[in-house]
Amino acid sequence: MTTTELDVRTGVGAAQASSVPTRAVPAPIPFRRVLNVELRKMFDTRSGFWLMVSIAALSVIATAAVIVFAPDREITYESFATAIGFPMSVILPMIAILGVTSEWSQRSGLTTFTLVPSRGRVIGAKATATFLIGLASMAVAFAVGALGNVIGSALTGVDPVWNIALSAVPQIVLGNLVGMAIGFTLGVVLRSSAAAIVGYFVVSLVMPGILVLLAEVRDWFADLQPWVDWNTSQVNLFDGATDTAKEWAMLGSTSAIWIVVPLVIGVFFLRRSEVK
Amino acid sequence: MTTTTLTRDATHVAPSRTDVRPAPARIPFRRVLNVELRKMFDTRSGFWLMASIVIASVIATVLTIVLGDREDLTFDSFAGAVGSPMSVVLPIIGVLAVTSEWSQRTALTTFTLVPHRRTVLGAKLLNTLVIGAVSMLVALGVGAVGNLVSSAITGTDPVWDIASSTFAQIVLANELGMLLGFALGLLFRNSPAAIVGYFVVNLVLPGLSGALGAAQEWWADNAGWFDLNQTRFLLFDSNLTGQEWTQLGFTSLLWIILPLAIGLRLVLRSEVK
Amino acid sequence: MITVESLSKSYGGFKAVDDVSFTARPGRVTGFLGPNGAGKSTTMRVMVGLTAPGSGDVHVLGRRFKDLPDPGREVGVLLDASAQHAGRTGREILTIAALTMGLPRTRVDEMLERVSLTPDEASRRVRNYSLGMRQRLGIGTALLGNPQVLILDEPANGLDPAGIRWMRDLLRGFADDGGTVLLSSHLLHEIEVIADDIVVIGNGRIVAQGTKDELLAGAGTLVRSTDGVALATALNAAGITARPTSGGAVLAEAELARVGQAAFAAGIPVTELRAAEGAGLEEMFLSLTADSQREVTSHTDPEGAAA
Repeated sequence: MTTTELDVRTGVGAAQASSVPTRAVPAPIPFRRVLNVELRKMFDTRSGFWLMVSIAALSVIATAAVIVFAPDREITYESFATAIGFPMSVILPMIAILGVTSEWSQRSGLTTFTLVPSRGRVIGAKATATFLIGLASMAVAFAVGALGNVIGSALTGVDPVWNIALSAVPQIVLGNLVGMAIGFTLGVVLRSSAAAIVGYFVVSLVMPGILVLLAEVRDWFADLQPWVDWNTSQVNLFDGATDTAKEWAMLGSTSAIWIVVPLVIGVFFLRRSEVK
Repeated sequence: MTTTTLTRDATHVAPSRTDVRPAPARIPFRRVLNVELRKMFDTRSGFWLMASIVIASVIATVLTIVLGDREDLTFDSFAGAVGSPMSVVLPIIGVLAVTSEWSQRTALTTFTLVPHRRTVLGAKLLNTLVIGAVSMLVALGVGAVGNLVSSAITGTDPVWDIASSTFAQIVLANELGMLLGFALGLLFRNSPAAIVGYFVVNLVLPGLSGALGAAQEWWADNAGWFDLNQTRFLLFDSNLTGQEWTQLGFTSLLWIILPLAIGLRLVLRSEVK
Repeated sequence: MITVESLSKSYGGFKAVDDVSFTARPGRVTGFLGPNGAGKSTTMRVMVGLTAPGSGDVHVLGRRFKDLPDPGREVGVLLDASAQHAGRTGREILTIAALTMGLPRTRVDEMLERVSLTPDEASRRVRNYSLGMRQRLGIGTALLGNPQVLILDEPANGLDPAGIRWMRDLLRGFADDGGTVLLSSHLLHEIEVIADDIVVIGNGRIVAQGTKDELLAGAGTLVRSTDGVALATALNAAGITARPTSGGAVLAEAELARVGQAAFAAGIPVTELRAAEGAGLEEMFLSLTADSQREVTSHTDPEGAAA
């Protein structure tokens, strides 16, 4: 009896309360906005800013180094692209890692995931932002390299040599994106900056040597290695040498092993993890 | 003008405890050393980092036995296999020994309990080096067991082809790696930056140096004076000439002692927040 | 005993601490009061050697903090309870501190009990602690070495009402035993309840200091009527310095009886009449730190405060 009465009264009260301030329910946050915010968050700290600046700075330094140190016959676009590729292959994955892990190391996840409770969308936005930064960085790198090639040739008095096929360019970009994707995956899986960075260097610089060594010793692994070792796939991309269907299949296989599967598992756990 | 405040405190007149308490004895260095050592093990991440030394040695040894050509396995093969994870784990221990005080903000407590930062850092450095030496003993011990097991399987006599001088050189090479990590930790006081720094110096620069050497003859001839890794890597498997030892000393000065000194200066002057 | 002498600290052109001098004496609780960003924490960091001073000196127990042979045994410090390794357990953090001070392990259990952390809580990692538990742990670390001096930055943060009461009694007892307590707060009420001496800081400068009684003495009487301005005018006419504050309240610099008589004589009905103890300090706090207050305080007018 009492309960019913109370229910009725609360019901009335609730109806009255809602009728007074008829505030409209806000529109759901569009993905564009999440993306825009995540992109901004990658630049708006001092460390983030300098990470981005270092892309341009190191491209210029690498270009200058080629002009100063390389012999005249090697003043070619390929030399510049290779030199710039070195710092890029280190920095871009770091950007990808820190884009994810900083939410945990700096505890900004508390705010991020309360404003946008769908963690999958946030991670999606981060992945997209990382991808866009990768593309933009590569554009900058190629442009700086081209400029270096023109200046270098002018200084040495030779005709600029443009020896990178246009078809190789998308492959080089893709190669760097693969590196970023590996970093991003490690970030999602480990959610700790230090661990993910160590992990990245281990899988990109330590593991390949071990796998190559293993392939030399064991015949059965020699055939298997290009299907497992993502570094081999990445090096092929950098050389613009991924041509046959088999090579693309190898790339698909290594990407599935090192990126897709761990990323899916990582996102699964990330969505369920406690944010503190 | 009278105040209506109740003077509740008026009864507390003479404090029973006064400032004449004798000053305690100065904190001995041993104690700081002991505490800093404990701090390297007492978190889950610290514990697993230490545990990973043993785990990685065992895994590397097992993989060598399982995947290697058993007939050709010698102690040197195992030392090489065990050494490669060590060269990653040990410097990270060196980095985190310093940077965790800043990343976890424990420096606030550490430096108020022991206001002499030099003492604390000295203790950390000493601990790092001792852990490095002990880890290498453990790693090579595991490798030795692997060597015995492998020869037992093949039924051959185990080959012990590492001279004690080479052993000492391997330990030195790893200690230098840890020192480099420690120095970068002091310099950056930020775990990600110092770790990236270490891998760049250790794994990216050799490639750059090689590329430069290919293009510039002068660099190819003289890189040993500037490239830390060139001579440090020699420690792992060859006898160094007098000139190479000098080069090792010079590059260590450039890449380890100099950043260590600059980092120390920065830490001593920095504000702890 | 803590002596701060002409302490200054600048960051670029910004003077975070500007010529600050005060003394925290044994047997007394000294409250360090100021709005957020006034320079309290910077002063305390300089005190314990974490930040180098621009100029000036701080002595704790007659020595510079760096010259204390075993600081934890003489000075208990809590600057930020959250600044702990998230991966350590509460017990481990106290154990490390006990080892540094060369104390027996039994001291850790004593202290855990003293700060009311159960064995179960003590074996949890600090990452899973509430702010209140971290605060208790921090106070435990500070008290561990049985120090003579306590330096606590906002120790009441995150404590529940029972916890705040507990801490208040603890600090009172510590001071009554002859210890020196310096605690900072931006909460006026907290300081007012616990402190014997008060140092008020705003924009890096000390704006008032003295015993609580001294600081309250000038506050006089709070009297309230429906028309505060009329009441203040009437009191002023009667030769009492008075100014309206808010909600019809008037602060009068005279004792209770005289103010009441003056209001009665003027024929103004009084709705409230009391010693302006709390209101006085609040008024002082708000007016003295008016420039440095981040929030625009609407309920006091600055003109009145200046009068």
